[in-house]
Formats: sequence, C-alpha cells, structure tokens
Amino acid sequence: MNALKIIVKLAWRNLWRNHRRTIVMLSAISIGAWAMIFMTSLVRGMVNEMLRDGIRALPGHVQVHHPDYRDDPSIENLMNTTREELAASLLAAGIERFSARVRVPAVISSERESRGVILLGVDPKREAAIAAIGSRVTEGRPLTDVGDGGVIIGRRLAEKLETEVGKRIVLMSQDPDNEIADRGFRVVGLYEANLEIQEEAFAFAGRMTIQQMLGIGDFVSEVAVVGDDYRVVDPLLASVRLSIDGDDEVLPWTELDEYLGTMMMVMDGFVIIWVVIIFFALSFGLVNTLVMAVFERVREIGLMLALGMRPSSILGQIIVESFFLLAIGLVVGNLLACLSIIVLSEGIDISIVAEGMEMFGSASVLYPEMEMQDVILANVVVLVLGFLASLSPAWRASRYEPVEAITKV
Amino acid sequence: MSAVRCIDLCKTYRQGDQDIKALDHVDIEIVEGDFVCLSAPSGGGKTTLLNAIGGLDILDSGEVWVAGQRIDCMSKGELAGLRLKQIGFVFQAYNLIPVLTARENVEFVMQVQGVPADERGCKSEAILEEVGLGGLGDRRPAEMSGGQQQRVAVARAIVSRPTLVLADEPTANLDSKTSGELIELFAELNETHGTTFVIATHDQRVMAYAKRLVKMLDGRIVDDIDKRAG
Repeated sequence: MNALKIIVKLAWRNLWRNHRRTIVMLSAISIGAWAMIFMTSLVRGMVNEMLRDGIRALPGHVQVHHPDYRDDPSIENLMNTTREELAASLLAAGIERFSARVRVPAVISSERESRGVILLGVDPKREAAIAAIGSRVTEGRPLTDVGDGGVIIGRRLAEKLETEVGKRIVLMSQDPDNEIADRGFRVVGLYEANLEIQEEAFAFAGRMTIQQMLGIGDFVSEVAVVGDDYRVVDPLLASVRLSIDGDDEVLPWTELDEYLGTMMMVMDGFVIIWVVIIFFALSFGLVNTLVMAVFERVREIGLMLALGMRPSSILGQIIVESFFLLAIGLVVGNLLACLSIIVLSEGIDISIVAEGMEMFGSASVLYPEMEMQDVILANVVVLVLGFLASLSPAWRASRYEPVEAITKV
Repeated sequence: MSAVRCIDLCKTYRQGDQDIKALDHVDIEIVEGDFVCLSAPSGGGKTTLLNAIGGLDILDSGEVWVAGQRIDCMSKGELAGLRLKQIGFVFQAYNLIPVLTARENVEFVMQVQGVPADERGCKSEAILEEVGLGGLGDRRPAEMSGGQQQRVAVARAIVSRPTLVLADEPTANLDSKTSGELIELFAELNETHGTTFVIATHDQRVMAYAKRLVKMLDGRIVDDIDKRAG
C-alpha cells in the first residue's frame, strides 16, 4: 500500500512538472473525448430521428400482413384474418399498442391536380397511440373515428393539389374485383411530418369508410404493432408471432425497411470506427508526451532503481501518470460534451441543407442524442487503448540499468 | 565479520575501438563498521567498484558478497530488495527526486520499504535534525543549496539504518566548508551507528577521515593502507 502511495504521489506530481505540456495534452484528450461523444451524439440524433421517422411512416416495430403483400401491396393481398379476430388475438396476448389498417395505392384528385398516393383507412385513436405519421394535424381537425367520412392529407400534398381544408377531393382505387372504386371526400385536416416526402405520400381516412368504399368487409392490409423500444423488437416479435394464427407474415421493422435496419447497424459500426480513429490521432500525442517525460527523467528513474525501487513500480508510475492524464482529459471532455448537448438540446437548424438531407430521410432540425453506450464506449476505448499506448514508454523506463540511467547526460 | 567481499572482479568497457579495463582482477574485503576511501584518478575504477558492490553494474566475472549474500548472480528484483534494505547510496549529483520535498525524499526509501507513516515521519524529522536541516523538510530540492541537497541525500541514505553506505564523490560539487561538514557527518554516523562507509573520492579532505585508504589505478588495487594499523 505504501509503495502504491508513493507511485501515485510521484505520478501526480510528475504530471504537473511541465505544466504547459500537460495542459496541451489534456486539451487534446478533452477535445478528442468531446469530439467522440458530441459528434457521435449528433450523428446518433440524426440517425435515430431517421429511424423513428421511418418507423412512424407506418411499419411499426413489428408488422403483420399477407405473405405476398410486400411484393404486391394491393387490394388482392389483404390479410387472411378479419380485423376483429386479429385484434382479439393481440389483446389476448397483452399487446395493446397496435393499429389495423387498410392500405392501398390510390389516385387523389382535386379540382386542379391529380396525384398518386397511398390511401390509408385507419382507426384514428389507435394511430395516435402508436404515434404514426398523420397524427400531427396542424390545420383543420384530426379524424374522429373509423367511420369518419373526411380525409386528412399532408400540407405539402395540399399545396401540390392546390386544395385546402374544407374543399372536396376524389379518391380512386381498385376493389378486389379489379373494378374502379372511388368516392368523394372533404379535406378535414392537414398534417405535418418531419419529411416533406411523407407529407406528399399519404392520405388518411376512417378505416370503415375505406373498407366500405373498397367493399372488403372487415379485412385489412396490415397491422402495425409498437413496443417500448424499437431497438429491442425480438420479444415483441415473438409475442406477436405466437398470438397470430394462420398464414399471415410477421416481420420486424428491420426486415420491413432494410435500409433503416442497415442504417442502425451502420451507425453502431460508425461509432466504433469514429472513436478509434480519434483515439489513434490522440495516441500519438499521448505516447510522445510519455516518451518525453521518461526521457527527461532517465536519471531520476535510475536513482529510484538504485535506491531499491522495483522495475515494476517504475512501470506502474508511468502507467498511473498516463491514467491521470487520460482520466482528467476524459472528465473534462465528457463535461464539455454534456454541456454542448444541453446547449443544443433545442436542436440545430440545418434547413439550409434540408433538401439534401431529406434525400436520405433526415429532418431539417438535428437533435443531438447522447446514448450511455456511446459514452461508455468512448471512455473505455480511451482508457484501455491509452493504457496499451503507455505500456511501451513505461516498459522502456522500467528496463533501464540503474548505473547507465544515472550517468545519462 | 565482512560487510563486503569482492573476489577477482573483472569488468571491461568498450570505448570506440578500445577495451578499457575498469576492474582488473580486484579482490577486497571490508569489515563491518569500517570507513573506507577508494581513491583513484578519473577512470581508475573506483566508481565501477562501488557500483559492483551496490549491485548496480553487471560484471564480466568475479564474485561480490554483501552482508553474507552473493549478489552478482541475483536477479534485478532481488538486487532491488537488497539495495532497499541493506545499502544506502549517496551520489555525486542528481541525488534527489525533484518533485518530492526534502522530508519526502528522506522518507522515500522507508515508504518503498513499507514503513508506516507515523514511524516515517518521526524518523525523517529526527534525521533531518541530525544532518542540520531541521525546519527545512518542506523545501523542494530546487529551493535548497547543493550542500543542503547532499545532506538530504545522506539523511535518506542512513535513515533506514542500512549496514552499508556507498558514496560516489559526495563532495565533488560542494564548497570546502560544506564538504568538511558532510565528511564530519559521515565520520560521526560511522562512529555512533557503526555504519560501514565506502566512499569513492579523490578529495584529500575526505581521505583524511578514512580509517582505510584503498588506492586504485587502471582498474587494479595498487595500495591498501589501514590507518589504524600504523
């Protein structure tokens, strides 16, 4: 214990022996740690928002649909079980956050324009519970129930159609007999989404209204189920699979939207690569600092060895000094990163590049999101690799022959 | 009883194209409580012999025995343990650890030995008082004169009561007054504590205090004078 105390004391005092060099190195480690955590938080925030947006754009965390629905999302591939039976099965399994939808391609026509959209017949209350797009109505009113005869469209679509709340539009699709099914609707509300592309793509109406329009009874196209965390879907997937009878397919969002699923894995890989790259840049400075520190203290090290200090204690001294340097740098870097994230918690406006960002599904406001796993990863990488980087100079110091070290000029 | 026994020590250094014999078949035995001066011109082999006795240097051949233990075949760790417990060192310069205060420098060896803090504190205060540095324990080496620094080094070398103190040119960087005081201190410690001193020097004033004067030339012992005998 005494030997450890003297090692710690020497390491601490030697650290501050050359204030300027130590402060420069501490600044480098702090900025490095800040960059690791803060930049990861920015990218994590952007990707998480993309993932959430993607999931809000209807797949849910887990989705049930006809086995052929993904290849041909048409009226012909409705689910094999009625909505009522599906709902009863899910509720019996304790799954409450789900929404059964009719989802068909349609043409929407205003007085002036026509466009292709995805028409969704939804239960407004259930959609709101799973926070899907279309829930954020900013003008007019939201849909009230499954029998609502109005339609909600995105603000952007309304602009394109040159229509507005209160005006009539016509929705036209295909029924199961391949006949045209159409109906006039009044636009009762406009919704906003994070991405303009989503505002253009979807039109929402009451589920029963659409079922009647298409003549499909109580059948639906898909059931979106939402759990607590989109990253952990396996337990939910298993429960849904257990509760659903028949031939319908149950898939997690990562398979429904492979781009998003891959994005999540790529993000985790990116964090590791980013952290390691920054560390390597830092490690040059760290090793250089320690090598210089050892080089300047050769005679002292020789003296300590001559006085009976064991080589392992010299090794420990350099490693502890490196640990102090890394630990202080990390504390400052972590605090700076937390501070930056708090200051920018209202979001960073990147609307100047919004169009480009939207191309790959990102919103125009970036919210940094600090995840504990990223913070732990950054700190562990710096400490562990820093320890490994300090081994070489420390080992060198402990290998000196006392008599050669003392007489070193 | 022998404090140190060296048998047929040989050590050759390579300098450029030349082999220099630093120790050339040296035999010497030093009894406990002795006060020995090794005297030689520069390059005569006295520092090499001192380093060999302290287990700091690796020899080409020969045997070194300290306090009854053969040390020339010990491992680095064993040698460190021996130096820690049995031998006190005073070097010519760069004797102290600059980031520690005088008191901490004195306590350094005891702390590595594992002596409890209270005991270290009492011993270091007492020894600093004994070497005339009472009240200066909190100063760092940079705040002390060369003489004061050497006194701290002496205090550190003897505070844990080693059986043997090895000093290499301890007065080389000191003025005559400070040198005199330091040698008187060595002599007093030798008398009062019975510590064996082996001092490499070519300072005549130091030699004057020696009980035994060993002269070396070109790595060999050329004269060995026991003043008590004469």
